[in-house]
This record gives sequence, C-alpha cells and structure tokens, in this order.
Amino acid sequence: MTFTLNDDARMLKESARDFFREQAPVTRLRKQRDAKQNGRDPDLWAEISALGFAGVIIPEEYGGAGLGYVALGAVLEEAGRTLVASPLHSSALAGASALLLAGTDAQKAEWLPKIASGEVIASIAIDEGAHHAPAKSKIKFEGGKLSGEKHYVADGHIADLIIVAAADALYLVKADAAGLTRRELVTADSRGAADISFAGVAAEKMNLGAEIIDAILDRARIGLAAEMVGAASEAFEITSEYLKTRKQFGQVIGGFQALQHRAAKLFTDLELTRSCVLAALDALDRNANNVAEYASLAKARASETVHLATNEMVQLHGGIGMTDVHDAGLYLKRARVTEALYGGASFHRDRYASLLGF
Amino acid sequence: MTQDLEAFRAETRAWLEANCPPSMRTPMTGEDDAVWGGRNYEFKNPEAKLWLERMGAKGWTAPTWPAEYGGGGLSADENRVLQSELKKIGARPPLFSFGLWMLGPVLLEYANEEQKKEHLPKIVRGEIRWCQGYSEPGAGSDLAGLQTKCEDKGDHWLINGQKVWTSYANYADWCFCLVRTDTSVKHEGISFVLIDMTTPGVETRPIKLISGSSPFCETFFTDVKVPKHQMVGRLNGGWEIAKRLLQYERTNISGFGSNTRVDVVDLAKKHIGLEDGVLEDRDLRARIAAHKMTERAYALSVQRAQEEAKAGGNVSHMASMFKVAGATLNIDRCELMVEAAGNRALGWSGEGFSADDLATTRGWLRSKGNSIEGGTTEINLNVVAKRVLGLRDTQ
Repeated sequence: MTFTLNDDARMLKESARDFFREQAPVTRLRKQRDAKQNGRDPDLWAEISALGFAGVIIPEEYGGAGLGYVALGAVLEEAGRTLVASPLHSSALAGASALLLAGTDAQKAEWLPKIASGEVIASIAIDEGAHHAPAKSKIKFEGGKLSGEKHYVADGHIADLIIVAAADALYLVKADAAGLTRRELVTADSRGAADISFAGVAAEKMNLGAEIIDAILDRARIGLAAEMVGAASEAFEITSEYLKTRKQFGQVIGGFQALQHRAAKLFTDLELTRSCVLAALDALDRNANNVAEYASLAKARASETVHLATNEMVQLHGGIGMTDVHDAGLYLKRARVTEALYGGASFHRDRYASLLGF
Repeated sequence: MTQDLEAFRAETRAWLEANCPPSMRTPMTGEDDAVWGGRNYEFKNPEAKLWLERMGAKGWTAPTWPAEYGGGGLSADENRVLQSELKKIGARPPLFSFGLWMLGPVLLEYANEEQKKEHLPKIVRGEIRWCQGYSEPGAGSDLAGLQTKCEDKGDHWLINGQKVWTSYANYADWCFCLVRTDTSVKHEGISFVLIDMTTPGVETRPIKLISGSSPFCETFFTDVKVPKHQMVGRLNGGWEIAKRLLQYERTNISGFGSNTRVDVVDLAKKHIGLEDGVLEDRDLRARIAAHKMTERAYALSVQRAQEEAKAGGNVSHMASMFKVAGATLNIDRCELMVEAAGNRALGWSGEGFSADDLATTRGWLRSKGNSIEGGTTEINLNVVAKRVLGLRDTQ
C-alpha cells in the first residue's frame, strides 16, 4: 500500500489544480447557476476533456491514459476544491468503470474511446426511491426491452449513454432511445440530475451479472469520496483563513480557544479521512480483495467530514456565511448531494458492520 | 540495495529463529508481561530476561540508534525488515522503556559525547530504568510554570521541589527532570537535568488511580546534590529539549493501560448476540461500526505519516494531532467495551468475574487518563491550532 502519488499522478494533479483554479473557480459555478444552466457547460467539459481528464482510467488501447484510480482521484479532489460542475465523476469514473468491468469487447470498443475523448457522456442510473438501495431494483428486462424508473441520476440530464442497474445485471441504454423519458431535476447543488423512466426501451445487456454492480458502485463511491475530500479541504482552508483575518473584540477570532479547538478537531478529522480515501484509491489500483471495506470506509468518513467542514464553514463565517453572496452555501449544498449519492454515512456504516461480520 | 535488504532479511530471520525463546513468541496476556528492566527488575519469566539480553546485545531494542552508543545501527529500511520479521513470529517487545521512547532520542540530539556514551548503552540493554520529572502540583497544562529549584553551588547543583505524575518513579533508577534555574523568566529559565534516584533526598510515593492501579508517583527532592555534568544542553536551555521530548512521548502514548486483547466486536457478539448475522442492538452496532472506521482511519493515518516521514516530510508537528486522535479513540473503545459487556464489565474483583471482564472494567477507568497524561487533549488541540494551523491571538 502507498499514500504517495507517483510522478504521473502528481503532474496530473498539479495541472488539474492549475486548470480548475484558473478556468473553473467557484465563480464559474455561480455564473452557471445564475444563468440557470443546471450543470450544463459544454465549453468547460470540452476543455476538461482536451486535457485528457476524461480518459485517465481508460486504457491506452481505448484512447485513454491508463493511469488508474489514484490519478483520477487526484483530479477529482482538485475538481472538488472549486466545486467544478462537470460529468467528470459520472462519465470518466463511474461510466467508464462500468464499461471496463462489465462491458463486452464490442461495447468497450464502441464507447470507451468516446468517453475518453469526452464526446460521449455516460452516467450510471442506480436508485429508484428516495434512498440508495441498489439491491431493491424493480427494473425489468424482457425481450430486449427495459422497463422501470430511475431517480436522481447524477448527470442523467446531460448524459448520452445511461448504464442502468437492475437487480440481476447492468444494461446499456442510449439516452435518445425510444421509450426513454427524462425529467430534468433542478437540484440544490446547481449541478442538475434526472429522473428517467423506461417504457420498453431497447437495451443491451452487459457482460456480467449482479455481482459486478457492487464493484462498480464501490468505484463510484471511492471516486466521489475523493471529490468530497477536495471540497472539505477547500472549505476548511477558506474557513481557517477567515479565522486569521476576521477581527472582533479587537482581535482576530482565530485567537479564541473555542474556535481554535473546533478548527483543530476538524483538521484532524479531515486528515484521518484523507488517509482513508487515499488508501481506498490505492486499493482499487492494487486490485485488493477488500475494496468493499475501503469503499464504505472512505464514503462514510468523507460524508461525515464534508458535512462537518461545510457546516463549520457557514457557522464560523457568521452572518456572511449564511448569505448567498458567500461561497459557503455552495459548498454546503454540494456536500449534501455528495453525501447522499451512492449511500450516505449510515448506509455505509451498516454495510461496513456487515462486511466485518456483525 | 534490494539485494542487500533481502540478505539482511534472511540473516535476521535466522537469528530470530535461533534466539527468540518460545514463550516470547506468544501474545502478551496483560500489562504484567511488559518488561521494563532496570537495576532492581525481577523477571517473572527467565526467557524474558534471555530475550532482553540477546536483543540488547545486538542493539535491536533501539534498532536505528548508532552502534557506537549500543544501538543497532540499522537504516530505516533495515529496521522495517527487522520489525516485519519480529511481527511475523509474533515476538513480544523485549523492553518497554521511557529511555527508549523519550529520553534516548533527545540525548542523541542534545547531549554531549560523554553523556551519550554514559547513558545510551544502558538504555539499550535495559540496565537503567528512567522516569520523567515534568509535571508539578502547580504546573500541569502550564508546564513551563514549574518551580522545582535548581541552584548552582559551585561544584554541584542543589535541587529542591516536588514532581507529580512521575510514572513508575518508585521503580525507576534515574529521572530526567525539568528544573528552574532562573526565576526571573519563564520558558528561558528552565534546564534539563539527569538525576540518580538513589541520591540522598529523593523520595517517591505512589498515586492510586480510579482504576485501582498506581502507575504514577509523587516525587520529592529535598536538598538533592546533582553533579554538574548531569545537565543536558545549556543552562536555561531546557525548554526546547522538553518540548522535543514531548513530541516523542505523544507519538508513543495514547492508549496506555487498556485491555487490547479483546476486540469490541467479539465482545458485543458474545454478550449481545447476532440475529441473521446482525448484532441485535442496532444502535450499538452503528456506533461500533463508526468506531471501527475511526480505528481504521487512525491506523492508516499513522502509516501515511510514517511514509511521509520516510520521504523527508516533516511530520513531527503532527504528534499532537495523533495524541488527541489516539486518546479519543481508546477512550471511545473502552466505553463501547463496557457497554457491550453489560453487567459483566461492572465488577471490581473476586471470582464472580473473569479476568477479561475485570480487565475491561479496569481498562475503561484507566483510559480516562489517556486524554490527560502526556498533555491534555485541550493542550494538544492548542498545539495543533497554533503550530499546525497557524491560528494565533494576534495576526
């Protein structure tokens, strides 16, 4: 196991950091929101794709860079820092993982190069109710046709290719297929999503059955946890800077012990969670046999940490923190969405306990 | 390099195979199995004595200390090999020692040549047991407020005062001690001296804790004469050494005295039971799961810090963070153990309770000290806020 980035991953992280800071700072999300784009920013996605970020885990034979999950996690962490609205997680990580793990040779050859180039946006459709419950899918597949409903599909409103999880297998569906209806959701994080209904939609069954769904979800969970650690880190750093500059009672508020201790505890929590996420990404690249444990560990802890970091961000900023003009609210809203996606802390604590045999 | 390491691994394995006695390859059954060494130490197990002598002679109780001071002279990589081979055979630590964990590292950094040659080899071989004279009745969290007086009497120092929380002072041969050598200033008036506990005027008295055990003592110094050459570093330069030593201390303690032999999950399964593979008390199950995650996160973070230290990163400032996290973790663990064991963990003594049950109770009470000893959680959070995060009173 290692926590250290190799040269490729480190360079990728640095270029991602520079690019997102310059081209996609939080002000870009704010503009998208104010223009009611609901997460649509094709120009930004084109630029992100041109930098190769959409093909990080896709092997070279399919037009990607074949650098693995640690490298993509590093990019996602940087994207999380500035709340970049793009289908990087949905398509380049979750969608690509589904095809890599469960795609037939023909499906891989058809879709992976297009995902790597950013030309096609893929998305995984998992949940059917208000909560993450992949084992309870009611999706039906009969005579080559898919029926049922999926809710809150991340980037489902902009996806070209939907990978649908049923209880027994995964299915590939083109977003423009007959019988597929999307209801675009305007979401609290300004990223958008979709409820999708399938009324006898032509679908291709993927290579492997139910057992692979969790493996794909674990990749999605770990990748999202990387984005969440990025968001939590940035929320913490912005807050810490504020404590050093905001003055009340004739002194900087960071001099008050009550606030110092909250900051120190949050920092500790963040560092512990960072270790879990780095270890989980590394476990994917090592093909470790306990990826499921790492995934629940990383996703549960990242959920708790980003929740705490963004709530503290609002509170420690005081009045300005609850105004729309400040970024704290944007971090808080995105945090809540990422907490819920692919299972929140309580889902993953329950799963972790089961994995540990109690 | 890798070839050399593999050769070292083979040699090490062969040596351990030949030299680690069979009973030293079994898990420790409790705190009583810890070997602390010292002039008057009584070994309960002759194989423990043999194991310490053999490891001490090789310097492998302090694997990375220079060989000229009795250490193993191993590189960090070689030490990792040694540790992994020790772990493989389940070898017990040959020696528990404040000399190894705290004093030795600062002597290597701050002591003069004679002091190193005098004290380090005896620490390595477990011949001298050390205690720590830091806290005083009036100087706990505000350690630099210490008042134990050390006067220059020409050919010796004269020491008067009282220390408290001196762990195992009643068993110790020597004490590394913070003393006041200038009363007109605070931090800059502290010096670091080494005191032989058999010197006339030194007295110790054990302190009984809520757990019933007495790891700590009060130590009294009344007109204690200390030879001049037993001051480490310069006169009034002790605070820097004191702080450095605390970093080593905080890295090493955070979960002392708890019953670590029993896993909380096993305890919960035994006393509460599973229903369809799920612990029947769902609320406790969720809290144990969260705790097991924190435990894992902590272990991974320690591993990460070691890796970053190896890569040349400065992680010494993280000691306070780990002290807080480790202490909190152990306290939570002990609370969950007591909760999981129900009334089995509410005994105090006698045959109505098993040894493990009693250890759970005593460990729970002992753990309450984890967030106090070695710097309270509050003081360590101050350190993280100020030194790591740069939060200060004025900017």
